[in-house]
Amino acid sequence: MSMNNQGRPTGIQNTDSAVPETVTGNRGLQIEEPLIFEQDSAGRCGVDLPEVPTVGSRLGAVKPRGRIGLPGLAEPQVVRHYTRLSQKNYAIDSGLYPLGSCTMKHNPRLNEKMARLPGFADVHPLQPESTVQGALELMAELGRWLATLTGMAAVTLAPAAGAHGEMCGIMAIRSAHDAKGDKGRTKILVPESAHGTNPATAAACGYAVEAIPATEDGRVDLEALKAKLGPDVAGLMLTNPNTCGLFERDIITIAEAVHAAGAYFYCDGANFNAIVGRVRPADLGIDVMHINLHKTFSTPHGGGGPGSGPVVFAESLAPFVPVPYVVQDKDGAFRLVEQAGDGPAFGRMKAFHGQMGMFVRALAYMMSHGADGLRQVANDAVLNANYLLARLQDVMTPSFDGPCMHECLFDDRFLKGTGVTTLDIAKALIDEGFHPMTMYFPLVVHGALLIEPTETESKASLDQFVTALRALAERAKSGDVAYFQGAPRLTPRRRLDETAAARKPVLRWTPAVEPETVAAE
Amino acid sequence: MRYLPLTEADRRSMLEAIGVPSVDELFRDVPEAARLSGPIKGLSNHMGELEVDRALSAMAGKNLPAGSVPSFLGAGAYRHHIPATVDHLVQRGEFLTAYTPYQPEVSQGTLQVLFEFQTQVSLLTGMDVANASMYDGATACAEAVMMANRVTRRKRAVLSGGLHPHYRDTTTTDARFIGFETVVMPPAPTGGEDLLAEVDGDTSCVVVQNPDVFGHVRDYTELGRACQAKGALLIVVVTEAVSLGLLTPPGEMGADIVAAEGQSLGNALNFGGPYVGLFAVKEKLVRQMPGRLCGQTVDADGRRGFVLTLSTREQHIRREKATSNICTNSGLCALAFSIHLSLLGEEGFTRLAEINHAKAVQLADKLAGVKGVEIVNGSFFNEFTVKLPKPAAEVVEALAQRGILGGVPVSRLFGGGLDDLLIVAATETNTESDMDAFATALAEVL
Ligand SMILES: Cc1ncc(COP(=O)(O)O)c(C=O)c1O
Repeated sequence: MSMNNQGRPTGIQNTDSAVPETVTGNRGLQIEEPLIFEQDSAGRCGVDLPEVPTVGSRLGAVKPRGRIGLPGLAEPQVVRHYTRLSQKNYAIDSGLYPLGSCTMKHNPRLNEKMARLPGFADVHPLQPESTVQGALELMAELGRWLATLTGMAAVTLAPAAGAHGEMCGIMAIRSAHDAKGDKGRTKILVPESAHGTNPATAAACGYAVEAIPATEDGRVDLEALKAKLGPDVAGLMLTNPNTCGLFERDIITIAEAVHAAGAYFYCDGANFNAIVGRVRPADLGIDVMHINLHKTFSTPHGGGGPGSGPVVFAESLAPFVPVPYVVQDKDGAFRLVEQAGDGPAFGRMKAFHGQMGMFVRALAYMMSHGADGLRQVANDAVLNANYLLARLQDVMTPSFDGPCMHECLFDDRFLKGTGVTTLDIAKALIDEGFHPMTMYFPLVVHGALLIEPTETESKASLDQFVTALRALAERAKSGDVAYFQGAPRLTPRRRLDETAAARKPVLRWTPAVEPETVAAE
Repeated sequence: MRYLPLTEADRRSMLEAIGVPSVDELFRDVPEAARLSGPIKGLSNHMGELEVDRALSAMAGKNLPAGSVPSFLGAGAYRHHIPATVDHLVQRGEFLTAYTPYQPEVSQGTLQVLFEFQTQVSLLTGMDVANASMYDGATACAEAVMMANRVTRRKRAVLSGGLHPHYRDTTTTDARFIGFETVVMPPAPTGGEDLLAEVDGDTSCVVVQNPDVFGHVRDYTELGRACQAKGALLIVVVTEAVSLGLLTPPGEMGADIVAAEGQSLGNALNFGGPYVGLFAVKEKLVRQMPGRLCGQTVDADGRRGFVLTLSTREQHIRREKATSNICTNSGLCALAFSIHLSLLGEEGFTRLAEINHAKAVQLADKLAGVKGVEIVNGSFFNEFTVKLPKPAAEVVEALAQRGILGGVPVSRLFGGGLDDLLIVAATETNTESDMDAFATALAEVL
């Protein structure tokens, strides 16, 4: 069919732009979507399965299960449901996502394609080693890239995310002290600016957490650190570049002090993107560091995960790398070491061998950039952040002097007396078409706004963000509080009542009337 | 570099705006001794898509995809048919390239998915509440034990010999470093074990698996009652989520916590990860749960919406007092799980479970006909253990030479011992001719 213009108006007659209330509640491309449970029709099904072969049951003496309560939908309904839901999300694919500390960079689709090759995606973790030589080779190759980029002696790919990697690193530190018979080390030092996972990890591993204050310039207070170091300290957990987006200038001195006290130096490598290809953490005196493949090496964040948190170890801790790991025999064959045995290695930390799907994506990303491109990644990430800092510093209040690394930190002094908060700025940014920055983290400054643009933003995109943020800062100062408190207005939902959600938690859908259960009680 | 939008002209004008002569100047806080002057040696330089594709495809080509041959591997990871719709929807950039829904106004898609996921997991397990996912079943199991320790203020966990050894080891690793006691029962491939005898006044929990790692279907109702009487929690692990379509759900057996692996729904084998840990509890334990929780609320206009909630349990608020250090979880794998389950619905999920069981029964009958092979199990769902006249590891290798992936040697899981036992799984993906090929090849290699 062709479009017939006969009799159809082609000009615009009415320019009234007020947003109408609609009958459906839908707003054009924004369509309201009920829960799947509210679309249920008994007997409807989105898959066609064959008849069940008639064989006797070998389930034993268990009582058969009653009705579960799952909704029945046909395939087109399911497709529409999730498509509509997806349209209520902001994502890197849609625009700038400057969520500080999270490195929300572009996720190349080549990586998705590679991870889906049947030779990687359709391989069982317990197949005979002879049938998975390519998978083991990929793991070894990824490990080689990570070890080379960090200058470290050993790698484990097992941890499932950054926090899991932290756990692994702290366990290695404990193992090393234990191996020396040193049982008196009960503390881990953690700067106040650290991400919440750091103290949570140290505490989960049975250590007392002792906070180290920051100096005026946003770095670890070296004298305070030295004063706390002693025979009761197992290690220091330090993020570098730190969560204020700053490089710890004294890091080599810090490492020496930590080592002189007989402790180990754990580095939270979540911010490796700032320095990849420009500095090797091993050259800074770091003993152990985790790397978030879902940050620096671009594996997609997936609405919360999955991640992958390989850990690299200097010679000092290399003997304690947990199982499983890949080794290559003299004849070139790859082998998995799956049992810890009696050696210093500990483990395991999860089922199977790590987040293979993420390994493929990360290696595809590394190979695409190469050694030269990864250095450019760090350069551009740092350049973009410093550009934002430079363009915003006169209207907002930077917490520390630059240069910054891959992210720039502001606090809410520029909002003082306006009645507008950091949260309000974030919500108003949403209406301007941006994902907000990280808010209220790190805790060392008041009302933090932590902005990480990453290297995959163009200058035009940064300029538009600057224009929006400058205008919002001016608007806040002009006293237009109501504008901010009502924001956002253009989203599928406006501000949500988090207090009500926590006071009387509704954590699942329940039918108005419980369906009859067949199971006899 | 195709992923880097800045041009040389952009870089120059940006440096000018910043007021520095070169990008090197921005790295001036890096100690001079540690600065690298050029690209790191020993790694290749940048490559185009075609070259990367070629290199990685060559590596992939050295593996034997499970779907290309008759394949009967399970033991915690199962090959199921995933409807095409699942992967298509999962790859929508709005799901794939978003992060944790910290800003609910622009994350209602992810949040509603999580709310539905939590509901689905609660229904499947027969529990009151589920969280928004853990890394995998094994870490969910370890977290469940630590949660039980907190809830009961006790420090002694009893782990069944039927628990998947990777789950057991993940838990004992934590026990060693975090400082609690574990009583590890020996593997009992043929029969029961007296778990109750191990439960005393210091026991925080008993961890069992259903079906257990050898495939036996268990009823833990009695055990649940006994645990309750002694003030210990019952933790039920499930590694094959499809079994929940047919078996009594753990909630009905009196489980306090369920820790399960959700890979079977929506998620490919992926050589072991990423998978998705399911974590469900009784209502009264909600505030001791690890991980993210999504809850229902209303927005400024009074419309229903969803937010992350009860975050005072979590590391970003509670820091060293958090219930767990988990931050990034398995969001996208949870989405895949949820989509697959939505497609199946009540009828499809139940039928899928029935088909899986029937396939396993067929396979057991065929293998029982092979000389020297003995089926160990009296009961099973889609997986069972066979006793062979030869070491299972050798048999599996010989079968692989003949293009058959014939199961998981028990010795591989347990790190030695029980050499003659092989764990074999069947799913809807296995045809009768696959099974015949397996039986024939097995007869040849024995
Ligand atoms: C500085 C820092 N450390 C640790 C983590 C924890 O990493 P993950 O979320 O992968 O567990 C994060 C990220 O969220 C982080 O930003």
